[in-house]
Amino acid sequence: MEEKINKSRRRFLIGSTTALGVVGGVGATVPFLCSWQPSDATRASGAPVQVDVSKLEEGQQVTIAWQGKPVWVLRRTAQTINDLPKLNAQLVDPFSSVDQQPAYADNLYRSIKPEYLVLVGICTHLGCSPNYQPNSAADDNAQWYGGYICPCHGSRFDLAGRVYKHYPAPTNLVVPPYYFKSDRVIVIGIGQNAKGEV
Amino acid sequence: MGFFSGLLDWLDERFPIKAFYKKHFSEYYVPKNLNAMYVFGVLAMLLLFNQLITGIWLAMSYTPTAAGAFASIQYIMRDVPYGWLIRYMHTTGASALFIVLYIHVLRGLLYGSYQRPRELVWLLGMTLYFIIMIEAFMGYLLPWGQMSYWGAQVITSLFGSIPVIGKGLEQWVRGDYLVSGVTLGRFYALHIIAFPILMGLLVYLHLSTLRHVGSNNPQGIDIKKHVNKKGVPLDGVPFSPYFITKDILAIAIFLFLFYAVIFFFPDGFGFILEKANFEPANPLITPVHIEAAWYFSPFYAMLRAITFSLFGLDAKFLGMVVMLSSVLIVFFVPWLDKSPVRSIRYKGYLSKCFLCVFVVSFLVLAVMGSLPVGKTTTWVSQLATLGYFSYFLLMPWYSRVEATKPVPERVSP
Ligand code: HEM
Repeated sequence: MEEKINKSRRRFLIGSTTALGVVGGVGATVPFLCSWQPSDATRASGAPVQVDVSKLEEGQQVTIAWQGKPVWVLRRTAQTINDLPKLNAQLVDPFSSVDQQPAYADNLYRSIKPEYLVLVGICTHLGCSPNYQPNSAADDNAQWYGGYICPCHGSRFDLAGRVYKHYPAPTNLVVPPYYFKSDRVIVIGIGQNAKGEV
Repeated sequence: MGFFSGLLDWLDERFPIKAFYKKHFSEYYVPKNLNAMYVFGVLAMLLLFNQLITGIWLAMSYTPTAAGAFASIQYIMRDVPYGWLIRYMHTTGASALFIVLYIHVLRGLLYGSYQRPRELVWLLGMTLYFIIMIEAFMGYLLPWGQMSYWGAQVITSLFGSIPVIGKGLEQWVRGDYLVSGVTLGRFYALHIIAFPILMGLLVYLHLSTLRHVGSNNPQGIDIKKHVNKKGVPLDGVPFSPYFITKDILAIAIFLFLFYAVIFFFPDGFGFILEKANFEPANPLITPVHIEAAWYFSPFYAMLRAITFSLFGLDAKFLGMVVMLSSVLIVFFVPWLDKSPVRSIRYKGYLSKCFLCVFVVSFLVLAVMGSLPVGKTTTWVSQLATLGYFSYFLLMPWYSRVEATKPVPERVSP
């Protein structure tokens, strides 16, 4: 029997089944890849938390967990608030031009009230949690009025979470969304704007 | 006697074990000048097997949750019969595997084993190494100590340094806003199922590609060029029994050292089990001195050495790129080496010098990566990073221009 092979039909069939197979294959991986996104339970654990700041002494800091992350609330001393503007020359981003804070904390103090600093306590370099060093002297020439030093790679931040030059962290520490529910209570996780005028 | 040979024949008709034994053992010829550097492949296989068996036994008593992990390790160490031994075999085995692999790779660099026709052996070997790095990194999170936790936090943060997609990728890898029980669960599944299967497959491919072309040797001479009438290499000896006996001796010596560590220095002076890892993970406080496991130390030092920005890319991203390249560049050695000879014995001075620079840089980086950051460690690491990369990047130049020695036709005993 004379066999006649229809080559172009073969090529078409191989081509179209391959193309459809690839589409199906890619489609089948989607659920597996998406399954790695944070689950609803995880997202829910990012619910807002409240802190009572009335018992904080001047210069005292508390650490609480929000979204599982350490969040610091520091009551700054008058001295600290005075020192902040003196550091500008040594900081990477003294005026917070990089978007690491909500608009209502985009000021010299990086906070709603100068007295209270609220920061996510995670180094912007590689995610370690810097240590609060209110007054220990620094080992180099940089002026040091207290701040945070990261144990992992040595990045330094001032008491507004602004990063010092010549250290590996590229940006200032993040200010989370928060608002004052009353004079004594801060709510972390909801911004002032989302809340309306408070 | 009659029964067993009958059984063997019965089996052989259905599954060709006799032919397999001949092809891969009694009539597989290895160069007769293979030296002690050639036992590390089999030691790596032994250690992978050790990781598999002890790992299965650990999984029987381990709890992969943030609340239960740390306590279940204590349970294994104190309550499970011989749990301490099985765990120490697993932790010491991981460190031993890296020592063995570093020597195995050094052997390849010394004798030019990556050159034609063994490029694929090399590529598969490096892929295996890369996968073993990830496997070790994921395993390290499981005890859920402070060092486990913050090590994983730092390394997963590296994803966050990638421009544009970084932050989303970081969250996707962790399954949470930061390393948590969710991360632990997925690392556990990958560590005990996905990656072991992948490693088994790669070991199989690594060995079958090697067996297809045959082993290289310390002189880099092709033994297949001189064969007798039957096609048997004149400078070869059958793998079984000659090389197997050598392997068994090596295994005996190795096990002696291995168990000496397990019984007398199970924490390896803080290098195998780090002190901070005796404290449960605390997401709110980073321990004062965190460092990478010793076998990642050289790469970690390169990550830390990049403290400056270039071309508008920040130091954090560049550090990651340098660290990743330091592993990836090793894949390309078969194409970077332009030398007409394989073995370092016949290469010129430049090759010898650069290999020394490479080894010294690697060791210096290993030390730097385990020290706290400071000005001195930073510049020393930067220098050593240059040394490390110069070995590879200048190889096309120095391997071509240097004068080589003539390679003998036949292997000398
Ligand atoms: C767990 C990982 C590994 C295992 C189990 C393994 C196993 C082996 C074994 C059993 C041999 C034959 C015996 C010997 O020459 O030592 C071998 C040879 C070889 N391996 Fe590996 N290997 C591993 C990783 C690597 C890595 C990371 C590389 C380097 C990139 C590599 C490159 C080679 C080369 C080039 C040879 C041939 C050496 C020669 O003939 O001179 N292997 N391997």
